[in-house]
Parts: sequence; structure tokens; C-alpha cells
Amino acid sequence: MTRPEPSPALRRLAAVVPAGRILDGPAQLAAYESDALTAFQTRPLAIVVPETQEEVVALVRFCHAEGLPFVARGSGTSLSGGSLPVAGGIVIALNRLNRIRRIDLDQRIAVVEPGVVNSAVTAAVQAHGLHYAPDPSSQLICTIGGNVAFNAGGAHCLKYGMTSNHVLGLKAVLATGEVVEFGGASREQAGPDWTGLFVGNEGLFGVALEITLQLLPRAECFHTVLAGYATLEQAGDAVAAIVASGLLPGAIEIMEKLALEAATAAVHAEYPPGCEAVLIVELEGPREVVAADRARLDALLAASRPVEVRPARDAAERLAIWKGRKSAFSAVGRLSPDFIVQDGVVPRRRLGEALRLINGWSREMGVRCANVFHAGDGNLHPLILYDGREPGALLRAEELAGRILRMCVEMGGSITGEHGVGVEKRDYLPAMFAAEEIACLKRIRSAFDPKGIANPGKMFPEKGAPALVHAGLHPLEKAGVISRE
Amino acid sequence: MSAVLQPASVEELAAAVRSAPRVIATGAGSKPRLSMVCADAVRVSTSRLSGITEYEPSEFTFTALAGTPVREIRAALGERGQYLPFDPVLADAGSTLAGAVAAGINGPGRWRYGGLRDFILGVRLVDGEGRLLRFGGKVVKNAAGFDVPKLLVGSAGRLGVIAEMTFKVFPRPLAWRSLRLPAVDEIAKGRLLAELGRGRWELDAVESVVGDPVVFVRLGAPEAAIDALAKEIMDRFGGEILGEKEAAAWWFDAAEFRWTHPAGAWAKFPLTPSDGPAFATWVATHPGARARIGAAGNVGYVSWPVMEAAAECPWRGVLLRGNGPLWPGPRRLTAVAAAVKAALDPVGRFPGLED
Repeated sequence: MTRPEPSPALRRLAAVVPAGRILDGPAQLAAYESDALTAFQTRPLAIVVPETQEEVVALVRFCHAEGLPFVARGSGTSLSGGSLPVAGGIVIALNRLNRIRRIDLDQRIAVVEPGVVNSAVTAAVQAHGLHYAPDPSSQLICTIGGNVAFNAGGAHCLKYGMTSNHVLGLKAVLATGEVVEFGGASREQAGPDWTGLFVGNEGLFGVALEITLQLLPRAECFHTVLAGYATLEQAGDAVAAIVASGLLPGAIEIMEKLALEAATAAVHAEYPPGCEAVLIVELEGPREVVAADRARLDALLAASRPVEVRPARDAAERLAIWKGRKSAFSAVGRLSPDFIVQDGVVPRRRLGEALRLINGWSREMGVRCANVFHAGDGNLHPLILYDGREPGALLRAEELAGRILRMCVEMGGSITGEHGVGVEKRDYLPAMFAAEEIACLKRIRSAFDPKGIANPGKMFPEKGAPALVHAGLHPLEKAGVISRE
Repeated sequence: MSAVLQPASVEELAAAVRSAPRVIATGAGSKPRLSMVCADAVRVSTSRLSGITEYEPSEFTFTALAGTPVREIRAALGERGQYLPFDPVLADAGSTLAGAVAAGINGPGRWRYGGLRDFILGVRLVDGEGRLLRFGGKVVKNAAGFDVPKLLVGSAGRLGVIAEMTFKVFPRPLAWRSLRLPAVDEIAKGRLLAELGRGRWELDAVESVVGDPVVFVRLGAPEAAIDALAKEIMDRFGGEILGEKEAAAWWFDAAEFRWTHPAGAWAKFPLTPSDGPAFATWVATHPGARARIGAAGNVGYVSWPVMEAAAECPWRGVLLRGNGPLWPGPRRLTAVAAAVKAALDPVGRFPGLED
């Protein structure tokens, strides 16, 4: 196959970065066509792989001068199509900017480049009894830059919050080419919280070059309990009782039957038989505090009519509980050739009602749905199963997903708890915000990016949808390297 | 001083903003420098825009109007065993919730779970064109749209007028203990603060008076656990447990800023624990100045005996009372800050970011 002549923009781009940084072969472009939301695919003009912050700044300034769209990308684990390339634009792959620039143990901070993998931060400091709290399920490969762009969550948000609660400051190159520094090493600030505004910008403001993360002392002690229930409602009631008791668990999760079956098949997780739902509760903190809280939790669970309660007796049993939970999504992939993950939020007290509605629609439409969710913060993750080879199946799955999102908004919740709007949910943004609110968000975007070149097509509704194709599991997901949560 | 408008609904608030070419929102006036702006600005008071509009203890959230006194919120949450862990300050002085957001200052309890910015979930604000806009959400987790609620923290009414806010709350610890730990000088204090921050105890608050050789620590935990934690800390660092009354008085003084000169300037400076000795040295160059370090060395507060704040400040901060620039210290001007200001307030109805 002969390669076409590089476009004039590509030729000028070659002068911006050292040789060898640009990938534009067909196989190379194909590898970046999708992120973890494989239903969307777009082929970019080229991939650029900078190695220094200066190269990233030069690239963004080039894009600004040329009006060339760019998408900054880490490991491509976005579940909302957030790092989907733009046709005719470039992908700035930040994986080689993976240096941890500074660790200050006294101040408990790490200053990292955007390509540093989430779990690498904890790995670098755990010998000192510290950790980086946000723990998205893809933490073994997702990058801090992506976490910052999409304000990533995880299983411990109820107590510890999201990525934005752990970013103290950052240096970024904005889409205008301006290099800014927001916040700093202190946990306190003076003036408007620009750092807070930047986190969760979905790549629409620019590219973070250096991020100052807060590190926390690792909890001394954990108490992790798995409780099985004959009905989902009982599991929901147990959550309500725990929340009402004044306990503040690190995590409260629920898995429904279909997800339990999948986890059993995939990672040989063992759950009490005859359960419609399993509740996972984790207490953590100083050993004396956990011991005191544990007595209260045990009493609450005993009163909640469980089929069985299984406390983890050691670290291995705790890890087994979490392995089953975190593998649930990829495990569901074994039940169905394709699935859509949703990420809506409902007020916690309406979880039971929300799940009854979802299950009712699922039966009515003949679309299977496995529910796994962060019960502590009302964040649902329905996995909508379909077979893309079957005519109309994807559309039915999307119809169910749409009903779920609208339900979340009607209940006073949100269309996304932690995956972001991205491409996937951009048409639902108007369900949450009025036209003049979206207009205001767009004006803020234009303040950072007047030409609209930074990750265009994400967050805001636009005419013309990107190609939606049937795709199956992400290759890394098939290999068990990443999972969706 | 020009007229004061007192809207009684969010719609009236929006109309009040539209009614004048220059507008500044005011609350209880407990951080007076924030609203000390050009004389022709019409002052829009939130005093009649008060009250908790939604409170769902089972959701860990509440929503309140801008002028709701912090004191009222604390009482309502307390009845249900909940609290705002960042300890909104100046409750006794009548400060309002929107005032706390606009000032971006936190009380001693911010050490444990983070500051106001970490608990604000959503806002309704009136932009510079008088539009009532809602951003963020009303549930504890939400990633839709830009995080405008956080941007407003510390924005001093320069980007918009807050009409209503939604916050996350937490269950309140069942028992408290306060300790006084010795630290011979500011260098030893810095080391102690760092060690306390790295420890296993999940401390609630860590504060100290600049120049005093002690550090005050507060623990919040179940009754059955708290004495063992307090004992271990004292075994390691020395010190003593404060009596209940003495402890209450100390934390009240800290959160109410009663220690500041009532007729003098008062400012906040974000710091790191390693800045402590230099901060103490700088404070000592101003006769009569008093200062405290909070959040285990992450913030310094200074009060001068006169209304004139120090002309030169080595750190960037915010002046809460007194005469001098709103943001003392080294400037960090960015083009994008002006552009975002223009996006929210195109006609310059609110004071400039640097006014």
C-alpha cells in the first residue's frame, strides 16, 4: 500500500517537534481511533507523541496558530468517548510525559506529569505510608492527566471525593497557547478557585502539564463486609440504615444478580447462594475507630435481614471482595458480545425506585441490564447488554440508556457521576442545564479556547454525530487489563 | 456609600443586579474588605434572602439561600447529627453562607476532609447580565458541565452574585478531645505539623499561634476510640488534654477570629508547613501584629493593629479587613482570568478581579 502524501499541515507540524514524534501510518492511526467507548471511532490526521512539556506547549501553540483541532490523550480509558479523536485533527499522546517531578513527604504532595499512571503515584509513596486516594477501576493504566480532565471518581468518593478534591494545583498550556499556573502546594488558596474550574474540563480548556496532588496517610485498618440479600430492596434498606446511623464508610457498593453471576464466572468470586443483591461496605481508619464503628455496623447488618454476612478476615479476603466488584464490568462482557455502561446519579433515597424502573424497562424492551453501583453516593452503573450483530439491538440499548439518563435528571440527580459527558452524553446536557446555562458554559470554554480547537465535539450538543459502530470489547478489556466502572 | 437593595427572592436578586450599572453583593459584613469597592457600586444585600430551602439528611446534602446565617445552618445540621466539616467561620458574628463561599475561608476543621471547595456541590448565581443560572448539582456526585461552583469559592463577588448553594455534609463525630502539644520554636513546630499530618490518627484540626511554643490539636472520633488516640499522641509528643471549657473557648476564638485586632487589618495567606519559620519572622517585623497558623501549616492569618495592611507581602493572600489591595502579595495575572471574568460579567457590573 502506498502512503498518501502528507498534508501541508502535517508537513508544517513535522517542523514543530523532533523527528520520530509523529505517527501517521494506517496501523498507528487505527490504534488511536477509539477509547474505551469502542462504539465510537474516528481516524485522526496524526498522532504526536511529545516527550517534554516544552514540546506540548509548542504543539498547542502550533494548533492555535493553524486552527488545527487536537485531542490530548493518556491511556484512552474514557468511558464517555472523551478522548475520541477529531477527524482532521491531531492526537497529543501524553504517555511519555510520565515523570514524577517531586515528592514532598512533609507537605504530602506529589507533583506529576499528565502521563503518570494513577496507581504509579501510590506505588511511589506507599513505602512512606501514603497513598493517592482516587481509585477509578482502570487505575492500573489510566493516567492522571485523563483523571484531571474528566474528574475521575472511584469506589471511595463518598468519604474522599473525586479527583478535584485531591488536585491542589496545576500548570497547563491553554488552547490559546498561554501557559498558566493555578493553585500550588498548599491545601489552601486565595482568590477564585481556578484549579477547581480546570479539573473536569473534559479537555476543552487545554492540556495539563504538571499536576500537584495531595497524598493521604494510608488508612491503618480496614473492615470490609459482604452481605447477601434475598431482594434488592433489602440491600437498599441496609444502605439507608447505615447512612442514617452516622457511620461514614469509605465505600458502600451494591451488585445485582446478573453482575454477581458474571463475576462468579469470570474471577471465581464466591457469593452467598440465593441472593438477588450483594452489598459491600468498607470501614477504614485508625484501628480503635474501626473497632468501635465495626460493632455498630455489625449490629445494623444483623438487623437488615441478610441471607448471609461475610466479613473479610484478612487482607487476602478483602482483596478478593474488591476483585469481584472491580471485575464485574469486564465479567459482564462474557455474558454479552456488547454492552453500554451508564453513569447516572440519583438521590440515594430513590435508588430502590430507580432500580425498579430500570428493571421494568429492561423487561419491557427485552434488553438485559446488569446493575452495579456506588450505593453510598447514588451513582448507578447499569450495564446494558446487547448484540451488535442483531439488527436494531444497539438502538434499543441506546433507547434504554436514554430513558435511564432522563430518569436520573427527573429525580434530581445527574447524567454523569464520574465518567463525564464526553461524546456519549452530550445530547443529554440540555436535560440538565437550561439553554442560557449551556450558553454560559460555552462562553467559559471560549475564554480558554476561543478557536474551539481543544477536544471539540465533547460535552456540548452538536450537529452531526460521530460514527457509531458495533465494536465489542476493547482489546485490553478482553485481556483483563482494564475494566469499566 | 450608595444605596442598599434588599431583594427577598432570587428573582428579585436578579432584578436588583440588572437595576444598576455597578453592583457588589454584601452579606453580614464580617469580611468587610471584600465589598469595599468603588463608591458608585450599588450594594445588594442578601439579608432578606435567607433560609434553608432543602435538607435531606439521608442524602448528606442541603440547599440554602445566599444570606442564610452559618449559625442557622450549623444548628439545623446539628439536630440531625451532621455538620459542615470545614467549620464555616465567624458564625457568631452572623456571617452568611454565601459570604463564606465568596471569601473562601475555612475554619480549623478543614484539616480533616478538606475546605469549603471540597463540599460545595452546586450554585445558582446571577451573572453580570442579571441572568439566574444554575451550575453543578444537588447530589453528592456529579461530573456534568464545568465546575463553576468551585470557581466561585474565593471569588469575592467579582464573577457573579450567589443566590443559592447546595453543600455536601457529613455525620458529626460522636466525641471530641483537644490537646496542647509543645513545640520549642517555629522550626520544631514545622516538624511537628508535618509529623502530625503523616500520622495514623486522622486529626480533625491542627492550629497554632505564631510565637507561642505550642500546637493545638483536635480529635473527633467514637467515644470508645478517642482516649486511646489522644494518649498515643501525648506519649509521642508530650502535651496535655484540654478541659472541655478551655477547649471550647480556644476553638471558638480560632473560628471566630476573636484574636484579631477588631479595628485592624486582617488577611489570609495560603502556606506550606515549611513556610512557617519565614512567616513567623515576617510577622515579627510588624509591631503589634498577631498571627496564627492553621490546617497544619497550610494557612496563615495575620492581623495588624492598624487598618493599613503591610505594604509588601511575600505570599499571595486575600485581605479580609483593612486598607490595601484585595489580593496582597505577588501577582499572578493570567489572560484567561480576564477572559473568564468577561464571559461571566461582560459589562463589568461587578468589581474587577483586582479591585
